[in-house]
Amino acid sequence: MLRKILALAAVLGVAFGGAALAETRQAPLKHPHWSFSGPFGMYDQAQLQRGFKVYREVCSQCHSLNLIAFHDLGAPGGPFWNPKYPNPNDNPVVKAIAAEYKVADIDPDTGDPIQRTATTADHPKPPYPNDIAARASLGAAPPDMSLLARAREGGPDYIYSLITADIAPNATTATAYAPTPAGLEVAAGKYYNPWLLGDLSSTWHGQGEPPPGGIISMPPPLTANKTTFDDGTPSTVDQQAQDVSAFLMWASDPHMEERKQTGLAVLVYLVLFAGLLYASYRRIWRNVAH
Amino acid sequence: MSGPSTYEPTSAFERWLDKRLPIIRFSADLLDFPTPKNLNYWWTFGGILAFCLVTQIVTGIILAMHYDPSGAGAFLSVEHIMRDVNHGWLIRYIHANGASMFFIAVYIHMFRGIYYGSFKAPREVLWLIGAAIYLVMMATAFMGYVLPWGQMSFWGAKVITNLFSAIPIIGPSITSWLWGGFAVDSPTLNRFFSLHYLLPFVIAGLVALHIWALHVPGNSNPVGVNVRGKSDTVPFHPYYTVKDGFAISVFLIMFAIFVFYMPEALGHTDNAIEANPIVTPPHIVPEWYFLPYYAILRAVPDKLMGVGAMGGAILCIFILPWLDTSKVRSMRYRPQAKIYFFFFVLACIILGFCGAHEVDDKVVAGLSGFTLLDANINSYTWVSRIFGLYYFVYFLIITPMLGLRETPLPVPESISSPVLSHPAAAPAGAAAAPEKKG
Repeated sequence: MLRKILALAAVLGVAFGGAALAETRQAPLKHPHWSFSGPFGMYDQAQLQRGFKVYREVCSQCHSLNLIAFHDLGAPGGPFWNPKYPNPNDNPVVKAIAAEYKVADIDPDTGDPIQRTATTADHPKPPYPNDIAARASLGAAPPDMSLLARAREGGPDYIYSLITADIAPNATTATAYAPTPAGLEVAAGKYYNPWLLGDLSSTWHGQGEPPPGGIISMPPPLTANKTTFDDGTPSTVDQQAQDVSAFLMWASDPHMEERKQTGLAVLVYLVLFAGLLYASYRRIWRNVAH
Repeated sequence: MSGPSTYEPTSAFERWLDKRLPIIRFSADLLDFPTPKNLNYWWTFGGILAFCLVTQIVTGIILAMHYDPSGAGAFLSVEHIMRDVNHGWLIRYIHANGASMFFIAVYIHMFRGIYYGSFKAPREVLWLIGAAIYLVMMATAFMGYVLPWGQMSFWGAKVITNLFSAIPIIGPSITSWLWGGFAVDSPTLNRFFSLHYLLPFVIAGLVALHIWALHVPGNSNPVGVNVRGKSDTVPFHPYYTVKDGFAISVFLIMFAIFVFYMPEALGHTDNAIEANPIVTPPHIVPEWYFLPYYAILRAVPDKLMGVGAMGGAILCIFILPWLDTSKVRSMRYRPQAKIYFFFFVLACIILGFCGAHEVDDKVVAGLSGFTLLDANINSYTWVSRIFGLYYFVYFLIITPMLGLRETPLPVPESISSPVLSHPAAAPAGAAAAPEKKG
């Protein structure tokens, strides 16, 4: 690998001199306001609930969420956390959601593979049994979404930017993320997305540097009113994108609220402890010239 | 231990034990160890490092209880720790950020040793053991980073183990021996886990030797002159236990800010993607603490020479006591050495930045530059070469030459003399038992 990098650097250095070199680029990410940003930021539970609905009705058609069990939805900091049910397995909302899913199991009497109703401890069944099946059906394997917000530079900003693209907030149909720049070759069934971190130099036939972004197999996923929000929030593309990005941030980092709250207590303690130690230090050393 | 023991067994049991296993005497002498009274805060990093080692071992043992070192299960078991294990997220974030904190502290500790000449006679063995600890730390940290089995873990392991294939003739055999097969896979992960559990205890053993070697000549100090007598020292406890304790708690504040508020800041997003041997991440970068060496490695166009340069950079640290010809320990009294040292620290930091970039990235955006030999002058390749060269020149030319040519400032007679002439100095006197003056 390293030899390749060095050889490539040497060859390109000699061949092109100061010419621009191929590198991955993307359009500047959009930065919506997140309730969870900053040291005191927490998740907005209503937003997580809306985001879960968007995931369930739109994303889950292709994307799995393998690391999330149903009871995680009702755990502290989660979309359906309710202090009345400290054990999320008792939470009626969580139980009702789980009951709507079927999961694969083995019949304990016959040993035959069966489908049974999910319990709160189960994970939702992925839409495709494996990546090969997904690729055969969709043309590309959609990534599992459990860690997506932590696996992409920019996290929720990246997801939000990628799926809203330049679609008008009230559009009911979407066929492109952004106008395709003249000179860019896009294969049928693929889409140009300026926010996808990519390298378009191989499909670029226009003037100058290739445009930022990449080619994505996913069609623009969101349109206005595709999901109806139970709390009456207008279901614009922008709203859906923000909510699902927040939900995916929670899915990536479900203990964030506990982490920040613990951190505050730890820091207060440490500052007081350091202050006491400093006072002791001054007292112990006060008669030593140093 | 230097100096006679001052421990007096007081009870019949202590007298009985003292004749058989003088462990109380040993501990009492450690606590009572005469320590120069002028040590500044740069000297607190030894204690901070001991704290880091214990933290890593304790959190690591707990993580190992929940971790599955198999290619199929490693990534999921780490997520299981993050999501399902009680406070697993906390233990893992302390361990992952703890590695970075350990390296921050060890780099400050090493730079302090260089600046104040702590490696000079009679402390060469102390320095050598320290350099060995650093080497084992690097191996431990590298193997630890592989364990989460994310994309950067996998590809980092692949790039680094591949370096051994540069060795002529036996290189490829060594590489497959390290891998336990013909590619980085589950057997590689298994052995890295085993060694990652073993090496911290090797470090702990080396630390014991390091402290032993410290207690024979005693601490160096910022003035760099030898301790002349009791008026120059204070007992380690309570004077330095309280000072180190305060420094550790301040260090912990920084540590906690990382753990609780930016736990992923020092990591890489690609490591949140499970290892996939058929998808190469666009940029393979090691953890920040390896970046200066990575820059030196990539600055050399030949792989074997690059590996040699990287090894040489670490070797320079080992042989430093025999490179420095200056009789003056502390750079406080070496104005020229101070300037070269400052540029050395700067070179290490710049090399770190170079290691984080692709070799052909432009340093100044929009400036086209021109090609010199094999690379653009405005690329990180050339910046790495310039500062990598300075790294070696500092150790191999400046350090030996300067000691012979420079004119150092007058060095104080004793530790107490600059202290007592200091305007802020308190009205004097040797240290006495603090409890009597409190």
